[in-house]
Amino acid sequence: MADEQEQKPAAKPAPAPAAPLARTKDEVLADPIVAPVTSAMAGAFLHAKEQVGEISLYVTPDAIVEVCRAFKAHGFTYLVDLCGVDYSTFPGHAGERFCVNYLLYSFKQNVRIRLKLFVAEGVSVRSVTGVWKTANWHERETFDMFGIPFTGHPNLERILMWEGFNGHPLRKDFPIRGIDTGARIYPEVFPPGGGPMPGSTGKAHGDVNIWKGPAVPLGRSPKGEVPETKQVEAPQGGDEGKADA
Amino acid sequence: MSATLPVVASLFGSIPEPMVQWVVWPTIKFVIAFAIIMGIVAFTTLVERRVLGFMQARLGPNRVGPQGILQFVADPIKLLLKEDIVPAGAQKAAYFIAPMLPIIPAFLVFCLIPFGPPPTFAITDVNVGLLLILALTSTGVYGIILGGWASNNKFSLLGGLRSAAQMVSYEVPFGLSIVGVLMLSGSLSLVEIVHRQELGVWNVLPQLVGCFIFLVAMTAEVNRAPFDLPEAESELVAGFHTEYSGMKFAFFFLAEYASMLVNACLIVILFFGGWTLAIAGKGLTTETMQTMGWLGLSLGFLIFAAKVAFFMILYIWFRGTFPRYRFDQLMELGWKWMIPLALVNIVVTGIVILLVRNGGA
Amino acid sequence: MTQTMLNLHEMEISFGPQHPSTHGVLRVMVKIDGERIVDAKPIIGYLHRGTEKLFEAMNYPQCVPHTDRMDYVASATNNQGFVGAVEKLLGLTEQIPRRAKIIRVMLAELQRISSHLLWLATHAIDLGAMTPFFYTFRERELILDLFEDYCGARLTLNCMRIGGQADDIDAAWIQKLNDFLGIFDAALDEYESLLTMNRIWRKRTIGIGVIAPDDAIDWGLTGPPLRGSGIEWDIRRAFPYEVYSELKFEIPVGRNGDTYDRYLCRMEEMRQSKKILEQCISMIAETKEGDLKAKVSRVIRPPEGEAYFSVECPKGELGYYIISDGKNQNAYRCHVRPPSFVNLSALPDLVKGHLVADMVAVIGTIDIVLGEVDR
Repeated sequence: MADEQEQKPAAKPAPAPAAPLARTKDEVLADPIVAPVTSAMAGAFLHAKEQVGEISLYVTPDAIVEVCRAFKAHGFTYLVDLCGVDYSTFPGHAGERFCVNYLLYSFKQNVRIRLKLFVAEGVSVRSVTGVWKTANWHERETFDMFGIPFTGHPNLERILMWEGFNGHPLRKDFPIRGIDTGARIYPEVFPPGGGPMPGSTGKAHGDVNIWKGPAVPLGRSPKGEVPETKQVEAPQGGDEGKADA
Repeated sequence: MSATLPVVASLFGSIPEPMVQWVVWPTIKFVIAFAIIMGIVAFTTLVERRVLGFMQARLGPNRVGPQGILQFVADPIKLLLKEDIVPAGAQKAAYFIAPMLPIIPAFLVFCLIPFGPPPTFAITDVNVGLLLILALTSTGVYGIILGGWASNNKFSLLGGLRSAAQMVSYEVPFGLSIVGVLMLSGSLSLVEIVHRQELGVWNVLPQLVGCFIFLVAMTAEVNRAPFDLPEAESELVAGFHTEYSGMKFAFFFLAEYASMLVNACLIVILFFGGWTLAIAGKGLTTETMQTMGWLGLSLGFLIFAAKVAFFMILYIWFRGTFPRYRFDQLMELGWKWMIPLALVNIVVTGIVILLVRNGGA
Repeated sequence: MTQTMLNLHEMEISFGPQHPSTHGVLRVMVKIDGERIVDAKPIIGYLHRGTEKLFEAMNYPQCVPHTDRMDYVASATNNQGFVGAVEKLLGLTEQIPRRAKIIRVMLAELQRISSHLLWLATHAIDLGAMTPFFYTFRERELILDLFEDYCGARLTLNCMRIGGQADDIDAAWIQKLNDFLGIFDAALDEYESLLTMNRIWRKRTIGIGVIAPDDAIDWGLTGPPLRGSGIEWDIRRAFPYEVYSELKFEIPVGRNGDTYDRYLCRMEEMRQSKKILEQCISMIAETKEGDLKAKVSRVIRPPEGEAYFSVECPKGELGYYIISDGKNQNAYRCHVRPPSFVNLSALPDLVKGHLVADMVAVIGTIDIVLGEVDR
């Protein structure tokens, strides 16, 4: 399920149907939906684009709370969604690694806009929990999944993963097969030394040794039997993966 | 009595007559009654599940025996064979004693209840029977509090606390609602109360309010829906018996159903004419039954059983119909409505009795 | 978790994750004083399966079955949200055949009814009324039978495809649906006869978990929790998708924003769903049979860009935010905006000052599914 990255598609996909003619940054910023705010705080917006009818405004990290307040004052009273994105492997992406997306909705105009904010790893983002209460859990989730800290958050702790979990699962360098967390119920079946190999992409099967013994090809469920002897130290010389001790 | 049963009585020929009358006969009656009650209590659980099934568009247990009729045997066997788990940190002694405490008074009370026309169906006829029953049933709460406390579980503790507050609160309207009946009949003897009703009318008519309060209070007393807060499974998991398993759990369970049965018997005796079907001395009175011999006595018992069965099913009907009260609302209902209502009922009953007596005199 | 010094009369209870009325594996750390809740803190994540991470590793059609597993009592609307988002990104939205759109609406509305029935069942049993549970399951069974006839699955439907529908419906299915709709009103009345005017039910729900309209917006609530507070807002009306713009239906709103109003809202929503289904039945007769799929290339690779698409799922606004890098068949990032997650975040403020028993009512009334909260 994970390794079709390198597959070449048989045919080029049909070109996407003509999207509405892309507007330039200035045209989008001058859109009457966002104009009251963008004109007042012109310095806060780095870029703007429109796609499939959705306006995205790129905001400077310093100004995010003020921008949000301004939008809230102009009718965007509702924060629909807040999520993080890790752009580290995005083709052609040159800017900062992480992006935080804010999706705002205005009941009056019945329209959504998106604010995008790029930050580098380890740099904290100002929390908008003071503007919308709903940002609380969204920011916790973003922190949990991407490790983006939010300053000013009343209770910034992990929400979906447990306290003490080592890593941020939705980062692109986190292996999809998971990591060895050290928490195991049956150490004799799942020995220490599981988890990803150094430099693992998480995509190849041999990257992770979850079950002791020779690697099992993907698609077959492991037997999960308890090995009779506990001292199976030597690598078994498995066909593709190697048993890590 | 020895006249009705000469053959059996002759077996005790060598025993002195007072001994037969005061020791042997009551013992036999009690053992039979205990066996029957155990059976009825166990059977009630089956009836409850079948009746609830009927009300809820499902079948209920129907696999053990014909129509699932042996389920009430299978359940105790299962409970007996279950592992007996004692939670870590439990107060061992209290944890073991707690299930026995409610079951003892619950079964003891049956000694005092006449199931049919006396003397055959009444084990004893204590002249303060009703008072003794009230005293005994109110001790059942100790086991629940103790069990809730000893389990070392916060849900159990909350369940125990709720139970204590609830039972203490509803003990008051439970007792007060009976006072009207006592004023009418002038006796604490259950046989006498039934006797008064067959001569006049069933107490439910002059004591409609009292009967209603009694019905509510008796449901609350045995922690049945909609007052099943101590074991509210959606709030407190299972309340005071969360940590109990196997036969210990079964004891709580049996005590609850035995108390249900006691209360159903009580309401029948106090308000619905007991084993009689008579108004103003006409119809099936105790005297008619006694003159009809065994047939009449059995008929009395059957009438009594049918009335009790109705109230047992009423409990189940409540459970199938009502949502659960909240704790503070339950207290509010008890203290702000039931108790004042019961007091008013007593006053009104007293005034009416006075007026009738003076008018008649 | 920050442990604070408890007052002597306060007690901390771990409500869940294995508790009969937390609807799955929600855990709430409750600080109580007697029975009154001083503080509550929901702890989630017990069902976290990393669905968003999985989406990044699978191509788009492979993702659809995974959406079923999020809100597993309303999988059709989950499918609808995901395929809708991909179609929006592909620019296909306008090309979906009308018949496919109508089938989607029918499935979604059936799913709404079934989800609300399940909600009613569990909500009632949380408040101690056990009988509605069995009555609602009786009718839910009929809906699941309809799903089974349509796509073979009863719970996790996987019934929608990017670009249209895989299966058509036939006259027999319509007949079966008609039979169901014929009895549904009577069934709803039966549930209401047990609850709506029941004194205990009203005592347990009126004035419990009151949400002011402004707070509802501040917390980002959607679905019945928002509408129960009197805000007439529904994605089906605000951003009509599929054929909702042609359908006549009303959006029920509450007045007081309490548990009882939300209960009434959901009951009325079921009636409106029935209305929508009836309109769909007459609409689908005018469409060509078998015209179910737009022209979609076999390899689905949307152009570089991002799109947010949301549907009104039974619990509120279910949004899918997909970023495509334009080079791979899998989404670069797919974020789900789960209504249960957002609605649950309001729980601590809703229960403070209430009793333990009310917390059960509030958890029931915000209608969460932990598969969706934890993803």
